[in-house]
Amino acid sequence: MTKEAPVISCKNVWKIFGDNPEAYLKKMPAGHTFDDIRADGYIAGVKDVSIEVARGEMLVIMGLSGSGKSTLVRCFSRLHDITGGTIEVEGQDVMALSEKELIDLRRNKMGMVFQSFGLLPHRTVLDNVAFPLEMRGQDRHTRRERALEVIKLVGLEGREDYFPRELSGGQQQRVGIARSLAIEPDIWFLDEPFSALDPLIRREMQDEFLRLQEMLGKTIVFITHDFDEALRLADRIAIMKDGAVEQCDTPDQIVMNPATEYVRKFTEDIDKARVVHASILAEADAKGEGEPVAAAATIHDLAGALIADARDYIPVQDGDAIIGALSRQKALKVLVGAN
Amino acid sequence: MAVLSTNSVPGEPKQYSSTQVGTWLALIALIMTGLQYAGMLPALLHRLPENWIPPFAIWLDAAFNFIRTDLGLQKLTRWFAEGPLQFMLDTTANLLYGKKRWPRFEQIPWSAIAASAAVLGYYLGGWRLAALAGGTFVWTALIGQWKDAMETMSVLVVAAPMAFIIGIGLGIAAWKYVWVDRAIKPILSILQTLPFFTYLLPAVIFFKVGPTAGAVATIIYAIPPMILMTTLGLKKVSPEVVEAGKMSGSTRWQMLRHVYIPAARTEILVGVNQVIMLCLAMVVLTAFIGMPGLGAKLLAMMGSFKLGRSFEIGVTIVLLAVTLDRLSKAWVVKLPEHHEKGTPWWKRHIYLLVGLAAFVFFTVLGQFVEWFAEIGRRQSFSQGKEIDTAIKSFLAFDIVKGTTEQIRYVLNVWVLNPFRDFLLSIPTFGFILFVVAGALALGGKRSGIYAAIFFGLVALTGWWDRSVITLYSVISAVTLAMIIGLPVGVFASRSEAWSRRVLLICDTAQTFPSFIYLIPAIMLFGITATSVVMSILIFAMVPLVRYTIEGLRNVPPEMTEAADMSGATKMQKLWSVQLPLALPTMAVGFNQAIMFAFFMVIIAAFIGTQDLGQELQKTLAGTDLGKNFVLGICVSLMALTFDMAIMTWAEGKKRMLGL
Ligand SMILES: Nc1ncnc2c1ncn2[C@@H]1O[C@H](COP(=O)(O)OP(=O)(O)OP(=O)(O)O)[C@@H](O)[C@H]1O
Ligand SMILES: [Mg+2]
Repeated sequence: MTKEAPVISCKNVWKIFGDNPEAYLKKMPAGHTFDDIRADGYIAGVKDVSIEVARGEMLVIMGLSGSGKSTLVRCFSRLHDITGGTIEVEGQDVMALSEKELIDLRRNKMGMVFQSFGLLPHRTVLDNVAFPLEMRGQDRHTRRERALEVIKLVGLEGREDYFPRELSGGQQQRVGIARSLAIEPDIWFLDEPFSALDPLIRREMQDEFLRLQEMLGKTIVFITHDFDEALRLADRIAIMKDGAVEQCDTPDQIVMNPATEYVRKFTEDIDKARVVHASILAEADAKGEGEPVAAAATIHDLAGALIADARDYIPVQDGDAIIGALSRQKALKVLVGAN
Repeated sequence: MAVLSTNSVPGEPKQYSSTQVGTWLALIALIMTGLQYAGMLPALLHRLPENWIPPFAIWLDAAFNFIRTDLGLQKLTRWFAEGPLQFMLDTTANLLYGKKRWPRFEQIPWSAIAASAAVLGYYLGGWRLAALAGGTFVWTALIGQWKDAMETMSVLVVAAPMAFIIGIGLGIAAWKYVWVDRAIKPILSILQTLPFFTYLLPAVIFFKVGPTAGAVATIIYAIPPMILMTTLGLKKVSPEVVEAGKMSGSTRWQMLRHVYIPAARTEILVGVNQVIMLCLAMVVLTAFIGMPGLGAKLLAMMGSFKLGRSFEIGVTIVLLAVTLDRLSKAWVVKLPEHHEKGTPWWKRHIYLLVGLAAFVFFTVLGQFVEWFAEIGRRQSFSQGKEIDTAIKSFLAFDIVKGTTEQIRYVLNVWVLNPFRDFLLSIPTFGFILFVVAGALALGGKRSGIYAAIFFGLVALTGWWDRSVITLYSVISAVTLAMIIGLPVGVFASRSEAWSRRVLLICDTAQTFPSFIYLIPAIMLFGITATSVVMSILIFAMVPLVRYTIEGLRNVPPEMTEAADMSGATKMQKLWSVQLPLALPTMAVGFNQAIMFAFFMVIIAAFIGTQDLGQELQKTLAGTDLGKNFVLGICVSLMALTFDMAIMTWAEGKKRMLGL
């Protein structure tokens, strides 16, 4: 990871729903589980989460429905006031921000795409997309120009004057995406932004966000239920259960070294060969001979070579350096999906 | 049933359920009544002795005087009445019927108003609304009531926007600040049950006689629903829309202006509809403090038993009410639509332009052809005399006369008078105990305690007998309304088509200003006590029928299907499935019927009653604010007791049935 200070850093964050949650959290005994808390009549939306997001990173959050993904992201953007812990965004404690500072932060740094779109029902597509620009006080002409640009980008040209209720679910979602694209924020919160899109547009949108992230170094927190999407996009994946983060790591590590039984189950059905890179399997002390394979290649990429090859250990090359060798046996196991 | 205590552990003192306590209280009351009949009850238990009654009226008067003169409130209100309010009212009066006061504006020709109304109707709801809106104004002009109608409208167009602005402001405050909400809630429920006459006198005293007082009373009367609808709408805005607004970096003001209020559009417009309808109903009623307009005309015509003219005025009022209601409701459901790209400017605003064109055309035409500007009394098509003769000769038919006389006789001699005398014969304490017992059984402990306090206060005001007579009119009218209304509702609910028809009638009837309901009653039964009960009966029947149908129609189909599959006959299905499930909804209708009845019984004082309304109406002529208020509060307290008990019951029942 980079040396630079993280963009978002949260320590022991709690978000509990219920009456007077602060008091409850204070007197709650340590080690209370999610179910214990529920038995007391509270819901732990976010439970003792510590996580950091680096600049330019794409963090994907996954987990079952109701595991607290949206709640965590809402805490980051201070749409929820957290019950305990601290969250720093760009080095500022978000809970300590004044109203004006918070508004400035949201106007200039943050953007969000909502799970159920959150479109303003009384505004046309164009006015919805231009809304954040309007709030910033941009003049009518510039914001119209910019809004039209992003509307075109999400493929809604010609529907600028429609009202949200006149659009399909996928089209509405694209309006939500366009709205957040319009201001190109540095920090982006995307709550299942592509859930209602067809596969073609979904892929286009993914590419667009990857492009923005790579070219402009945007920091993105992305929620999805789709593992393929997560693998395409993620630098790291965080897996949540009952409000807590079970594991937060690179896709390879999550698949190869699940931290808990839950994570292992969660990742059971995915095709590991497509996820695991040669670099992960490389054992530094092992010595291989002959032609090396690239560290960035997935086992799936190497499938043909692995089967044909007769060597026990194959050297792995990262750039110019040999970082070790992978055991063909282990790689084949990954390939056939046995653990 | 509600239980006084939820955890009755053996060993602890025994807990009684509300019903049990209620039964005991009713029993005591019964014994007291028996003793009274046997002449053995001490007089002081029968009626509170005069010297026990605290002089509430005098205290209130002192309080009012303090606020009025010492705090100088009257100066402020008078300034407002004579300054801005008077100015607005004069402006609209000049425009609508040429009152010729400063600031001088020429009167708008009737044809211009009718044409613009038709265009507005077309924009909001197509040809039918255009015909209704245009037709109403054409009728009003042709029948020769333009001036009266415009006198009414000139107050309405000032009062409704003011009520809207104040209502939405308070609504936003109540939504934003919990303490405002807490402070406002009880005041609203009292305001909504306070008889209209109680608004009128303070209005007159603080805002001087005439249109200004009428406007103020109307405004205050129309504010509560606007507040309620505003808070309701703002609370319902979807959280993600709010969050989207916040994430866009909106300030508080921007949130309110660009997110909350537009997103709550529907509820706010429903509030507007209610404000307009209440304002119309009230402006008509301000006739009682001598405000000119349709109401005053109607009052005069009915007073002199000119049925034909009364009927015509009634039709005008009804048409105006229906038009205003339909137009504002059409506005609620009319959502903005997009224009295709490149639509020229004039096409985007076509309705506005056509409306303006029509307005200008007829205004100019009116300059040249007098008839299009104003229709004089001579030229009008009023058939007042002829209708009068027709109605009176119809009523003079032996069968008609025989029937109405018969009904009157039976009702008066066999039902109403004995019932009233019976109620009056119950000792005060016994009466209160009966009421408390009922409230306990229906609404549980809280309702019971409130019933005791509220009715106790009524007894303490010293207006007990008149209160009982008021209550008697309410109870007998609502009971009769139930006897007629429930079967109608049950019958109508059997078929889709009939439900729709009857509901439409109810919806329409509910928009009529209450004053209208006096007309048929007076026509049939003259100026008698029966008319009072009859007018309340018609007025109260509307919610009864309406909620019966809605309750029965909304029984989940699985349940009726289950009954069908069990081989239930229609009757069995009705009694053991549909009615029990519909009961909570029907109770809401019953409650509304009682509230309507309390409202109407006061208005009916005009016919001649011996109840609180009569006294209230008398106070309107003087400056007896204290007495006026005490009387109003009596009505309000009785109505609130019923409201609380019935609504608590209905809600509990609903929860129990999982509806
Ligand atoms: N405003 C709220 N008040 C009370 N409980 C809430 C609130 N918001 C969320 N919760 C609870 O917090 C938990 C986590 O909700 P959250 O919306 O974060 O789930 P999620 O992981 O985003 O699920 P999904 O994949 O369905 O979107 C749920 O149990 C939910 O009921
Ligand atoms: Mg979610």
